[in-house]
Amino acid sequence: MSTSDAPKMIALAGLPNCGKTSLFNALTGSRQKVANYPGVTVERKEGAIALPDGRTLRVLDLPGTYSLDARTPDEAITRDVLLGKVQGEEPPIALVAVADATNLERNLGLVLELRDLNVPLVLALNMMDLARKRGLELDLERLSSELGIPVVPTVAVKNLGLSELLSAVDRALGATPAAAPRTEWKRSDFALVRARFSEVDRILKASTKKSGTPELWTERLDRVFLHPVLGFIVLAAVLAFMFQAIFSWASIPQGWIEQGVGAFGAWVGSLLADGPLKSLLVDGAIAGVGSVLVFLPQILILFSFILVLEDSGYLARAAFIMDRVMGGVGLHGRAFIPLLSSFACAIPGILSTRTIANPRDRLATILVAPLTTCSARLPVYTLLVGAFIPDRPFFGPFRMQGAVLFGLYLAGTIAPLTMAWLFRRTILRGPKPPLLMELPTYKVPSVRGVVLGLLERAKIFLRRAGTVILSLSVLVWFLSSYPAPPATAPSPVDGGVPAIHYSYAGKLGHAVEPLLKPLGFDWRVGIALIPGFAAREVMVSALGTVYALEGDEAQVEKALGERLAVSWSLATALSLIVWYIFAPQCLSTLAVVRRETNTWKWPLFLLGYMTALAYVASFATFHIVGWIWGSA
Amino acid sequence: MKKTLNLGDLKKGMRARITAVNAATEEMTRSFLEIGILEGSPVRVVHQAPLGGDPIAVEVRGALIALRRQEAAGIDVELEGPAT
Repeated sequence: MSTSDAPKMIALAGLPNCGKTSLFNALTGSRQKVANYPGVTVERKEGAIALPDGRTLRVLDLPGTYSLDARTPDEAITRDVLLGKVQGEEPPIALVAVADATNLERNLGLVLELRDLNVPLVLALNMMDLARKRGLELDLERLSSELGIPVVPTVAVKNLGLSELLSAVDRALGATPAAAPRTEWKRSDFALVRARFSEVDRILKASTKKSGTPELWTERLDRVFLHPVLGFIVLAAVLAFMFQAIFSWASIPQGWIEQGVGAFGAWVGSLLADGPLKSLLVDGAIAGVGSVLVFLPQILILFSFILVLEDSGYLARAAFIMDRVMGGVGLHGRAFIPLLSSFACAIPGILSTRTIANPRDRLATILVAPLTTCSARLPVYTLLVGAFIPDRPFFGPFRMQGAVLFGLYLAGTIAPLTMAWLFRRTILRGPKPPLLMELPTYKVPSVRGVVLGLLERAKIFLRRAGTVILSLSVLVWFLSSYPAPPATAPSPVDGGVPAIHYSYAGKLGHAVEPLLKPLGFDWRVGIALIPGFAAREVMVSALGTVYALEGDEAQVEKALGERLAVSWSLATALSLIVWYIFAPQCLSTLAVVRRETNTWKWPLFLLGYMTALAYVASFATFHIVGWIWGSA
Repeated sequence: MKKTLNLGDLKKGMRARITAVNAATEEMTRSFLEIGILEGSPVRVVHQAPLGGDPIAVEVRGALIALRRQEAAGIDVELEGPAT
């Protein structure tokens, strides 16, 4: 990963919620690279900074940890990076310990551990403005001499103290180390853990001139947010608002993207003569990528909600309120956060299960996380709900389409909980997992943090659109266009079948049709479902391509949804929607589960049980809806 | 008069001081200690979750920690001051 002439690296370490990531963002701005540590799916964030003398340093934002006596995979990575034990990762040449200045009695224990590593160390007392506002007066020189390391007050969200921090790091790098850096870490026994807290108390007593008053707003807000009745109402309202916003706010930018893609396709089409190249670009690449690109606004709205809720401290409260439900089905209290993140995407959801220490508790969460309604299902839902559910008022400010979408999300919530309950009683029996979770103080979410998070998401989505989805769209186009119908075949105008019937895709679709017929799907859906196994949203682009190639000129002008509305029955549409509640159509998720569980057994199990659920549920939906509304 | 109780017995608003940490498993004891739940620390039950008052949120060493009453039973406390 790094070579000897690459800039040296320093690392930021601190407790969860200490403001470490804000400090990292303030130091590095948008010059960040997000990847994974080799072999594991712990997120690795690296950036770059310039020292006062112009030298560049790389900065690593280590996963938050309470102690180097690591208990979770995340914490183990932090420890191993610091000891230089991670393959391909040079040990940092200096450390910045980040501590929440409003809560030093809890933050300094880790600083004492970091000090024992014998690596140049600087303490950043972050959120110093808040601490001062609450009346805390510290003797910084005394604190520095008691700890034996430089101490710099910072306010990351306001960019205060950053240059002082960098100068201190620079000076610390110049000093001669007293001993060689540690390469092994022995787990502290309980007596040592207790002694460390006593030492923290002693240091703080010596260096505090005046104690701060406790923060009042968090408790005031919690009287509402954690209230036995109001708390539930607030949570339900937050979630309902979120799903309504995804549907209604996104429609305006979606319209722009749709028009833009349409105009671009028409413009490209006008430049080219009719033929395979024009078809490849317009029907294949542009129609395919465009039909997925349109969902960028919705995905960004969803992620901005999750980022804001997490950053503000509310997400942990939601986990607290939901613990009875989570614990009731045998999930870890911490499983709420992975499951909620899975509404954005199962992959970050599965990655965030790393905060669950017990492997069986963690596996239960991993196995059900892909059932939550991830954002890749949104394109499918939006297309089908938009085409088949009338847009009329439903109840109060809520409209029918939003309500159906809410129902789909509800199904995507009940399904993982039910399966978790089932797994905990069958293949993953064990004691009820414990709950122990810090509820951080509320804070106003940092705009920079949310914007950087959204940019990262947008980048990942667009990269996928430009690579996986583009190539699969082109592949679907090729399979749907070749071989061309024999010259003797009558054209559709003369009563013949559309050209796509003769293509590979047509043949493939017809081949799987008997399997899908009981679910109400014809060969066209079959064509779309196959590449959809790579990634759900490709199904939409594949349908776009198939219908673009099949349709006559008049139909091509219409949006895909309008075309489906006339050619599919309600039973087929609902059956496909239900299929997507359960179907494991995402190769990346299966790959991540493979990596996280270190065996093929669990991803294959996941594939099997989800496909079976999807098949049964779609079958039931198609027949019940067909029976009530009359068959297709 | 002071009574010896465990943290799981306390009602919302009660204040106490931790006298012993003996969780069901060694890992649990370690995680209690790491998060600052250790002998001598004052605690206060600040919130109870809906549906049966479990889990609880306690204030300890300047932080708000959520835990279930079942696990809290492994933490011995003695009451301090009146319930508010």
